[in-house]
Amino acid sequence: MTTIIVLLVFAMFLGGIFTGGYTSRYVKRMEESSIWGWITTVDHKRIGILYLISGGFFFAVGGLEALLIRIQLMFPNAKFLVGDEYNQILSMHGTTMIFLVAMPLLFALMNAVVPLQIGARDVAFPFLNALGFWMYFAGALLLNISWLFGGAPDAGWTSYASLALPDYSPGPGVNYYVLGLQISGIGTLMSGINFLVTIINMRAPGMSYLRLPMFTWATFVTSALILFAFPPLTAGLFMMMFDRLFGSNFFSVTGGGNVIIWEHIFWIFGHPEVYILVLPAFGVFSDVLSNFSKKRIFGYHSMVFALVLIGFLGFMVWLHHMFTVGLGDVANSVFAIATMAISVPTGIKVFNWLFTMWGGRLRFTTAMLYASGFIVTFVMGGVTGIMLAVPPADFQFHDSYFVVAHFHYVILGGTVFGILAGVYYWWPKMFGSLLNEKLGKWNFWTFFLGMHLTFFPQHFLGLFGMPRRVFTWSPGYRLELGNYLSTIGAFLMLIGVIFMVINVLLTLTKGAPAESDPWDGRTLEWTISSPPPEYNFAQLPLVRGVDAWWLEKMEGNEKMTPSEPLGAIHMPNASHLPFVMAVGLFISGFGFVFQTSEVGAIGLIVVIATLFIRSFQEDHGHHIEPLELSEKGVNH
Amino acid sequence: MKFVKAKLLMVIGMLTWFFTGCSNPALSVVKPSGEVGKMQLNLIYLSTAIMTLVTVVVAVIYIYVVIRFRERPGDTHIPKQVEGSTVLEIVWTVIPIILLIILAVPTVSTTFQIEKRPAPSQHPVQINVTGYQYWWKFNYPQAGITTANEVHIPAGRPIEFVMQSHDVIHAFWVPSLGGKRDLEPGRMNRLILKADKPGTYEGKCTELCGASHALMNFRVIAHQTAEYDAWIRSMQKVNSQAKSVLAKEGQRLVGQNCIGCHAIRNGGYKVLGGKGPELTAFGQRTRIAGVLDNNPQNLRAWLQNPQNVKPGSRMPSFAHLEKKQIDALVEYLESLKGSSQ
Ligand code: HEC
Ligand SMILES: [Cu+2]
Repeated sequence: MTTIIVLLVFAMFLGGIFTGGYTSRYVKRMEESSIWGWITTVDHKRIGILYLISGGFFFAVGGLEALLIRIQLMFPNAKFLVGDEYNQILSMHGTTMIFLVAMPLLFALMNAVVPLQIGARDVAFPFLNALGFWMYFAGALLLNISWLFGGAPDAGWTSYASLALPDYSPGPGVNYYVLGLQISGIGTLMSGINFLVTIINMRAPGMSYLRLPMFTWATFVTSALILFAFPPLTAGLFMMMFDRLFGSNFFSVTGGGNVIIWEHIFWIFGHPEVYILVLPAFGVFSDVLSNFSKKRIFGYHSMVFALVLIGFLGFMVWLHHMFTVGLGDVANSVFAIATMAISVPTGIKVFNWLFTMWGGRLRFTTAMLYASGFIVTFVMGGVTGIMLAVPPADFQFHDSYFVVAHFHYVILGGTVFGILAGVYYWWPKMFGSLLNEKLGKWNFWTFFLGMHLTFFPQHFLGLFGMPRRVFTWSPGYRLELGNYLSTIGAFLMLIGVIFMVINVLLTLTKGAPAESDPWDGRTLEWTISSPPPEYNFAQLPLVRGVDAWWLEKMEGNEKMTPSEPLGAIHMPNASHLPFVMAVGLFISGFGFVFQTSEVGAIGLIVVIATLFIRSFQEDHGHHIEPLELSEKGVNH
Repeated sequence: MKFVKAKLLMVIGMLTWFFTGCSNPALSVVKPSGEVGKMQLNLIYLSTAIMTLVTVVVAVIYIYVVIRFRERPGDTHIPKQVEGSTVLEIVWTVIPIILLIILAVPTVSTTFQIEKRPAPSQHPVQINVTGYQYWWKFNYPQAGITTANEVHIPAGRPIEFVMQSHDVIHAFWVPSLGGKRDLEPGRMNRLILKADKPGTYEGKCTELCGASHALMNFRVIAHQTAEYDAWIRSMQKVNSQAKSVLAKEGQRLVGQNCIGCHAIRNGGYKVLGGKGPELTAFGQRTRIAGVLDNNPQNLRAWLQNPQNVKPGSRMPSFAHLEKKQIDALVEYLESLKGSSQ
């Protein structure tokens, strides 16, 4: 049945691609529709919005899963969600939140902001940018339709062998994990490369590396981490895929494989991934704190250095996730010290943030509230991280609720607070209207208190002997209060999210239009209208120092000095090929999930066909002429 | 700042509640009953102290900054644009490094210390642990006995758990004695623990291992040395022959239905299965399958529907047996005790 549907869809697509469409009138009408505009867009600002919408959608999904988990764990011996069903929810919650929520929401901010911050008209490879998004979306969809067809992955977001091998997870569940992550992971890798090249090549005149805004720096380091961390994941997922689909024995002990290899590969990717999630948030906080303190960032150079150092050390510590594997006292000690070392650059950042605020004029907008809420929360998560780096202590903490508390403090307190701060801060730039500050404050306080109420007691649950990933617990071990509070906290966070949703809906329907520089900003994105025109900058600006825009404002200038005369602007053409390619990958992934290689191959043919078309397509983009610009009110 | 105060109060209140409310010493990292657990707790306290210091310093600066430099109504001054301060930046690089060294030295020394194998003079006991999807096998190579889900140890002597997994990765955790080691298929691991005093300590599987991961419990029962030796002897000389008529019927039914998976020693069986937990002296155990209290009623429930107790359990259901047959099985299994010589 599925095969037939897939074949039909495929035939339609082939027909569409090769015959030039159904009828030209139909094609025309389609091309004029706004949905088609979104599907074919290669504009970084619109792609940013696409990331934001899909990341937000999956946040709702992952959040729902979290609530189900907390409902089951509220009371001992509950029967609401048990056994394998619970494991599916738990695995999907983790996988969704990390790969389908945190990453894309960060990409949303990077896409929306980085080209503007460096004074560029787009990213280096707009086509690749669209392809990265659609691949992420195809992978995300593939992962989530597992709920409807055959059951979701149930081996945890880490998917350790041999639990994830067919002998112990026989259904299609883990296949979805392997293929969904593979597809979206390659999309992420592309986007990472894209941002690296963009930041290296597309900076406006005068924007030297040491004048980059902190968020751009964070994106730069993050992209480098993606470049080095995702290939191990890709390789590991391929091995797992071959073990599951084609009977190889990389991880299967009976076939001579080794289960520890997967753990190594996973964490060689997984630990840098943690920094991939948190460094962009650091960047957001640096920009937001500096902006609302009305001061330049304290110790810019050491902030940059700390970012790079954290990124570098992030590759040297993966073994701290594996202290209990039994790799020996020497290995454990070495990695313990390396892990502790990371706290030094992180500490530098925290104190630099504090001293950025010191002596400033602090304006507590919602974005600023999130940024300052982050400092306390993240410090609490960071110090438990150092406690976990002590191997003998980790023997007690490992895989207990203590760890759950720790990583939710850093991921929520770091990444999610960062994303929310960024969304409140850059919303006017993305959508041209300001989010409501009053609702924003309600949103912050409920979410913030809910977060602490949920996760603070979990430290104690861990110390009192509650392992993680359990679907229930027994009464009589002092776990009652902690679990109860934790569930209440989760619902408080839900209320916070509802405030956010109301805020967004209200703002989209009747938000007041935002000026180009609503926050008295410091960086280049605030020099252009909100939202910016398609080409961002009519004339590329000339950058004269850190906080380029602030510098000009302090000297009494009302706009940036242009670095070029007004001329024709080259823009990339929209293209539907990224979308088609992602559809092909989706079909292919779906086929392989059910081990029907024919469908898998058909999907791959679609991909290769589009690759072929793209390679031989002469697409030089188009130009926007100065005449058109002046019609739109840009003066020479 | 109202919120900071409220939050501090909340945190302090919760802390005191948690600590005064105190955990259950049978399952608690903060109330260890063994040497290893105590060493680990000391490190936990040391790192907590250092980290609390750091957190407090940050919090104090933070609260000060937030209160002092908050924008007042009508204030429009432009703050001084400070670039940085080399001295300050060196200070907050060097002080953390010193703090880390203070933490790192005992960390490394304890890391090595707890892996050290005990000297023969300490009379260590070796116990081989094998993890199976949702149960634990404990084998005493020196004494030649095997049991499941409940491991008896002598207090005061170091125990070397040599562990391996039969299927997926599990992890062996007895919070009150000290943590924790993974059990991997195809790889041997060692964990050395010691109980200071007799008592019952709860153990858990802490690596996601499938549907009933949450229910993969075990118990560590520590005895005085004499009592422990007696237990070993009683296990070695166990007599598993049924005494009552009903139990005899049960013994026969076990031979028909169960012995392919379960072993019962000295019960006259020719086969001793290994797919399920050893049932020798099953009547002595405090729990069934690590979950239910061991009594006839629960045993009946277990035999009729193991998946209802432990989702995904690999023990088949025996609901098809007649009630009388189940009664016979229960009677026989509950009569299995170690020999009282
Ligand atoms: C296919 C193999 C198999 C057969 C046949 C089988 N069992 Fe089991 N049994 C198991 C497994 C596996 C477990 C462990 C289940 C778990 O903990 O998830 C188990 C657990 C038990 C336990 C709990 C043991 C403990 O340590 O607490 C009892 C009691 C038991 N079985 C009794 C029986 C009886 C009685 C029969 C025959 C009527 C029987 N079993 C037949 C595989 C089997
Ligand atoms: Cu287990």
